[in-house]
Amino acid sequence: MNKPLNKMAVQATINGEDTAFLCSPGQVLAEVLRDELDLIGTKIGCNTGDCGACSVLVNDRLVCSCLVLAAEVEGQTVETIEGIARGGKLHPVQQKLLEHGGLQCGICTPGVVIAAKALLEHNPDPTEEQARYWLAGNLCRCTGYDKIIRAVLDAAKTMRGEAA
Amino acid sequence: MNAYQEFKVIGSRPVRPDGLDKVTGRARYGADLNMQGQIYGHVVRSPHAHAVIQSIDCSKALAMEGVLAVMTGDDLVKPGNEMLGGGEGAMALKDVVPMVMSQGKVLFHSQAVAAVAATSPELAAEAARAVEVVYEVLPAVTDVHKALADDAPILHDDRFPDGYPEEPTNLATHISLTVGDPDAAFEKADVVIEHTYSVPMCHQGYIEPHACVARVDPAGRVELWCCTQGHFTVRHYTSAVTGIDQGKIKVTASEIGGGFGGKTTVYLEPLAVVLAQKAGRPVKMVMDRGDVFRATGPAPGAETRVKLGAMRDGTLVAADVECLMDSGAYNGNPAGIPAFMATACYKLTDARSTGRSVYTNKPKIHAYRAPSIPQVTLGFELAITELAAELGMDPIDFRLMNAVEEGDANMMGAPYKRIGLRECLEVARNHPHYQSAVAEGAGRGVAMGYWINAGMQSSATINVSSDGHVAVLTGSPDIGGSRASMALMASEVLGIPFEHIHPQVAATDSVGHTDVTGGSRTTLATGQAVIQAAEQCVAEMCRRAASEWGVEAGVVTWSQGAAHHGENTLTFEQLARRAGGMGGPLTFSSSLTSTSTAPGFGVHICDAEVDKETGRTTITRYTAIQDAGKAIHPDYVEGQMQGGAVQGIGWALNEEYLYNADGVLENPGFLDYRIPVASDLPYIDTVIVEIPNPLHPFGVKGVGEVPIVPPMPAIAEAVYQSTGVRFRDLPLNPPKIVAGLASG
Ligand code: FES
Ligand code: FES
Repeated sequence: MNKPLNKMAVQATINGEDTAFLCSPGQVLAEVLRDELDLIGTKIGCNTGDCGACSVLVNDRLVCSCLVLAAEVEGQTVETIEGIARGGKLHPVQQKLLEHGGLQCGICTPGVVIAAKALLEHNPDPTEEQARYWLAGNLCRCTGYDKIIRAVLDAAKTMRGEAA
Repeated sequence: MNAYQEFKVIGSRPVRPDGLDKVTGRARYGADLNMQGQIYGHVVRSPHAHAVIQSIDCSKALAMEGVLAVMTGDDLVKPGNEMLGGGEGAMALKDVVPMVMSQGKVLFHSQAVAAVAATSPELAAEAARAVEVVYEVLPAVTDVHKALADDAPILHDDRFPDGYPEEPTNLATHISLTVGDPDAAFEKADVVIEHTYSVPMCHQGYIEPHACVARVDPAGRVELWCCTQGHFTVRHYTSAVTGIDQGKIKVTASEIGGGFGGKTTVYLEPLAVVLAQKAGRPVKMVMDRGDVFRATGPAPGAETRVKLGAMRDGTLVAADVECLMDSGAYNGNPAGIPAFMATACYKLTDARSTGRSVYTNKPKIHAYRAPSIPQVTLGFELAITELAAELGMDPIDFRLMNAVEEGDANMMGAPYKRIGLRECLEVARNHPHYQSAVAEGAGRGVAMGYWINAGMQSSATINVSSDGHVAVLTGSPDIGGSRASMALMASEVLGIPFEHIHPQVAATDSVGHTDVTGGSRTTLATGQAVIQAAEQCVAEMCRRAASEWGVEAGVVTWSQGAAHHGENTLTFEQLARRAGGMGGPLTFSSSLTSTSTAPGFGVHICDAEVDKETGRTTITRYTAIQDAGKAIHPDYVEGQMQGGAVQGIGWALNEEYLYNADGVLENPGFLDYRIPVASDLPYIDTVIVEIPNPLHPFGVKGVGEVPIVPPMPAIAEAVYQSTGVRFRDLPLNPPKIVAGLASG
């Protein structure tokens, strides 16, 4: 006889689309995004909330998706890296990271993009220090953060409509 | 003289070809591929740091529904004394196999002892807990001095270092070199100083944990996908560890989320292959972050005694360096590099240098960015600074008096060709940072660094499509922008737009053998293969144009992406379109062992301020200057300099492996093993000094490793200048600083 599956059905808006998935009660959002929905742009560097590689937006709030239960997003809006570039147009943070060479291996990049987007929505004109503190939860082992911070501040400028 | 003197695209900063996939989340890394029908592997790890395995019983695990395979070290080859090349230097098979899985004895906590594969990750984890292992626990030793004591537990009773009698010891290697007569030179020196310095064991800290997925078909052919710095090395090592022929193994390198030397070997890959073979299903394995810290090769901790002698006029006349390094449980060969390279920045005709490494109950150490040089350089460079102070000289002036230049030899004997160390020092001395006053309460340190830079084997293939676009295939995983460098070099030679070049990292069956992306060798050596393949393409196109025009090939010239003779012109695109009728497809390959390598040098300036109450050190200004040969894509040269400097900052101030008395790592996560975060740092200013490497057609030399070398001594000096207290043992974390300030 088959064992009961013990899965729950969850409905959420993910990157603008109504999405339904099955998950077990203990499963975290990062795992479901990656393994059930093939949204592999959300990375897992630690699974303990310490690296920020799994950053996503839930109802516009920046969270570590390795710390959120998948079942918690029932009825919520989730935005992952796959949903940031809309209609083929990169978000200014993505564009500026490319222009500044703000990534080396790129494993931290999706999380950085999500976190920086959230920053610029909260604060369109951050100081260098504010950007550094906001992004302190996104570990990057490759770049020393220099070009990431420059890219984010440059993106802020672009979004404010100022010439670079 | 470099073959190419003027450049059109080299040195520009185009957006990297793989960038779009990486900012949009499409790029697939190690854990991002799933194979149809895959199951999940899980490793059973030792709860003891030193033990004899008396028995392993997997029967309960295997009996669980959904568990499809189990394995132990008995399923891997029994290594003899075979040597494996291909990583960053040769390694013995008997030092690789136990890092994949132990066989009979456990020598560090969390060493793999068995593995299971099951239909879900949760089930695999549960099954791993059902594996019954009986251990006879032995005392563990994690400190190198204790490991050398007479009463130390011996890790290997069958290994004896060269030149030692065959009696049990934990000494792994002992290398000693002398040039000239250092004892006599110390006798005549006006000033002699001697101190001991130490650096802790630390981890590369790449953000992507190890991951792979393997499939074995009924004919025994293996397909392996993994994140690695070298998929040919993975193929070689997986073959050696499992006994499967290399010819039956195809390895595809995923995108790689950092490595810094740590992904130049195998851990999970052979296990996934064996489990997949047993289960008849693809097996995916992803390492847990804690296990990355506990069970993959960290960088060795080291203690370095440095004795220096100088004349009153500032001439350095003698050096004696002795470096004691932690090898971990197996031989990671860390001692040779400090022995050979400790003094590499200085004109020294009388010097002695010794490296020793010691077995301890910790994971076998592995390469980390300029392996073993940062550790010995903390001692050597800080001693140089202390000696300059003793002589009343400016630390840069003292270094300029004694720095090596063309024609000087180091301990390895061969004289340097054209190098840029003195130029870097001049730039540092005149830099606005060095010229500025040090802020009240802060301190400033300067240090330099050396790395030998590797050459090794590389291959490239160029395929021209009929529309004149070009695929550039190499075997070098792109860890930090190398696709962009390859495309720039191909574009430069072919004379076609950067955007028409499509660089790819090809699998082991699609391009010639290529050694790891490591040793700062990829832009140099793989770049050379790309340049050569592109030159073959140009030569063939000129030959085809010549035969079209009925002239000798030698009179046809190539410029701006076209063949020319008199009034005649045939463009790259025209030749590509007509390839079928002019001799067939245009495809060119080059494979080489690069002998064009040149050493790299850098100088860093650091300002730091220590909060005397909390002991926290803030880096307030940082400048990295480096001889980069020729910068192909300056963004990624600067990026290497900044990233390496920050890794050095982390090691100097905070990063450290902490073991308890039982040999259990106490900080196996990013919360307690704290790497630098954005708010810890200022911008890292960079100056690229371009002294072309005379041996490379474009003047390229490796840049990635040097930048981690100078930070530790530069920061240690800045902390001294800020506090007035001399710290010689790293890391300079707040508790250590507070204690040091209290004891004055
Ligand atoms: S994976 Fe979620 S914070 Fe690291
Ligand atoms: S680019 Fe590699 S971790 Fe940030």
